[in-house]
Amino acid sequence: MSILEYNGAAMIAMAGKDCVGIAADRRLGIQAQTVSTDFTKVFKMNDTIHVGLGGLATDVQTLHNILKFRMGLYELREEREMTPQVFSHLLSTLLYEKRFGPYFVEPIVAGLDAKTNKPFLSSMDLIGAPVQTKDFVVSGTCTGNLYGMCETLYKPDLEPDALFETLAQALLASVDRDALSGWGGVVHIITKDGVTTRELKGRQD
Amino acid sequence: MDTVFGIQFKGGVVLAADQSNARSILVYQNNLDKVTKLSSHSAMGVSGPNADMVNFTEYIAKNLALYELANDGTKLSTKAQANFCRNELAVALRKGPYQVNLLLGGYDEKDDAGSLYFLDYLAALQKVPYGSQGYASNFCLSIMDKEYREGLTEADALLIIEHCIKEIATRFLINQPNFMIKIIDKDGVRVHSFGGDPADT
Repeated sequence: MSILEYNGAAMIAMAGKDCVGIAADRRLGIQAQTVSTDFTKVFKMNDTIHVGLGGLATDVQTLHNILKFRMGLYELREEREMTPQVFSHLLSTLLYEKRFGPYFVEPIVAGLDAKTNKPFLSSMDLIGAPVQTKDFVVSGTCTGNLYGMCETLYKPDLEPDALFETLAQALLASVDRDALSGWGGVVHIITKDGVTTRELKGRQD
Repeated sequence: MDTVFGIQFKGGVVLAADQSNARSILVYQNNLDKVTKLSSHSAMGVSGPNADMVNFTEYIAKNLALYELANDGTKLSTKAQANFCRNELAVALRKGPYQVNLLLGGYDEKDDAGSLYFLDYLAALQKVPYGSQGYASNFCLSIMDKEYREGLTEADALLIIEHCIKEIATRFLINQPNFMIKIIDKDGVRVHSFGGDPADT
């Protein structure tokens, strides 16, 4: 049993037309037992950046606190908002600093470039090896399922409403075949006009 | 082996824990109080080795008292206390972990409501309407899933606690004859009942 699978998680971030979406399940488990069905794994860092932290729950929370702190520090010093690229790189560096005693989290970053409104997606492993893509990134205990669903359902340049549907269906179908993730879902769609958050009704098992 | 569980009701929280202090095949005592008062309106039900239990709860309780003294009597909300505990556990995790699983319950005057927090030894924190730690979960969680409703009264919550204790007495392998039940509401932390008096030496 891997420590990355101790609590259970599933998340996807996907790019659309001048918008980006990020979705995650809501389960907090301790191996087979479900402790809570409203655990937050996707965090809004600022108007243009959302980060999904999948993995060991304690490190999800610790990393969220550290990222909030570092973002605050950056904004105070730079007197400007962090861009998704910078955030992703910061996260990568933070994780590699713990190379030989890592945070057991495999994050995904979803952002929107403030000026061009172009989507930004990245994901990394637990020691910060980054990957940037144009279409989608996934993380969690059922990545096989998630990759399959995303590859099948994804189309480039989806409008926000269509992007929501695609994310929701891809996530729900994937977690239904994974014991450690599911128990509800949440989807955030980020556009230049703001963030729309919707809760998903899924199988409660 | 410790059994700890709790339920939120309208205007407060009930915390219950067994009172056995045992190691291997020997029972040291049957009147241990595992629900420690942290501040005027909060308490923590703790499960784990006695050393870590006592050290961690005393450390947290004294630091909370220090905060009030150093900040002109400002009380920390239950959420703040829970997050303080989480941080201490998270920092200690990669140095010398406290092997304590806890349920932190408190009452906040601002919302006139109780809140219950699940915090495991790895420092994963989650606000829950009801929860349990240890083997008790196998028996109690399903009972609480079925019987919990929003806006329970204190009496309703105590009935559910009684139901859980009965189930543990019937089906749990380890004999746990005594339970300490504490209630936290607008009047503070008070003992509702216990099987063994902790004051007995």
